[in-house]
Amino acid sequence: MSQSYNRGTVEDFGRWRDFSAGMWAWIFHKFTGWVLVGYLFTHIAVLSTAIQGEALYNGTLQGLEALLVVRFLEVGLLAVAVFHILNGLRLLFVDLGIGLEAQDKSFYASMVLTGAIVVASIPTFLGGKLV
Amino acid sequence: MAEHYSSFDRNGSRWLLQRITAVFLIGVLAFHFMLLHFVNHAAEVTLAGTTARMSSIGYFTTMWLFLVTATFHGVNGVYNALINQGLTGTRKRAVKWVLVVAGVLLIAQGTRVAVAMTNLI
Repeated sequence: MSQSYNRGTVEDFGRWRDFSAGMWAWIFHKFTGWVLVGYLFTHIAVLSTAIQGEALYNGTLQGLEALLVVRFLEVGLLAVAVFHILNGLRLLFVDLGIGLEAQDKSFYASMVLTGAIVVASIPTFLGGKLV
Repeated sequence: MAEHYSSFDRNGSRWLLQRITAVFLIGVLAFHFMLLHFVNHAAEVTLAGTTARMSSIGYFTTMWLFLVTATFHGVNGVYNALINQGLTGTRKRAVKWVLVVAGVLLIAQGTRVAVAMTNLI
């Protein structure tokens, strides 16, 4: 027998205390998606310096990498990318109807694994010459 | 009783393409991050090194497909998110064409950049 559920509106952030794991996963996936698509346009803009030649390209990349704030932004980018990848895998399984009963646990696993990978990557991102 | 929820239109080609590009991007985005942050540190990237990588036909093709699939997945994702927020009618059509133009321009500029980075062309 089919059954209807009133899940409310996820977009109504005022009721965030009522959100379940799946709704948080949906919100985080949307947020990380906005960040990644924004970064994609920025990334192509920065890499476009290659059209103007070696001096501008190398100077731009090395100048950005010399800033501590850029290194922290890279850690943040890794965090959103890793979460989007792991939760994206979870979504593919949900779409295939696999493991639906564990969809909340797989969200928590995505969060924990993202945290672990990001923490482990910090020495790599902060290493190297800084201004 | 477990229900299968999805806010996407499962009959459209965009739904399928979003998932096909997702499968490709999961692998390529992870590879891209590993190669350019952990194998080669971003602070050590130079145009000479970039050109050496982009002059391999396999790497060039993978990166160009990365550009196209990431643009589609990102722009289509933004469109889906705005539809979820209740975008309809004329505004929906206007947003759709703004996103199409933005996506085409990004792929065109990305292709120019890729060509500038390779010795293949």
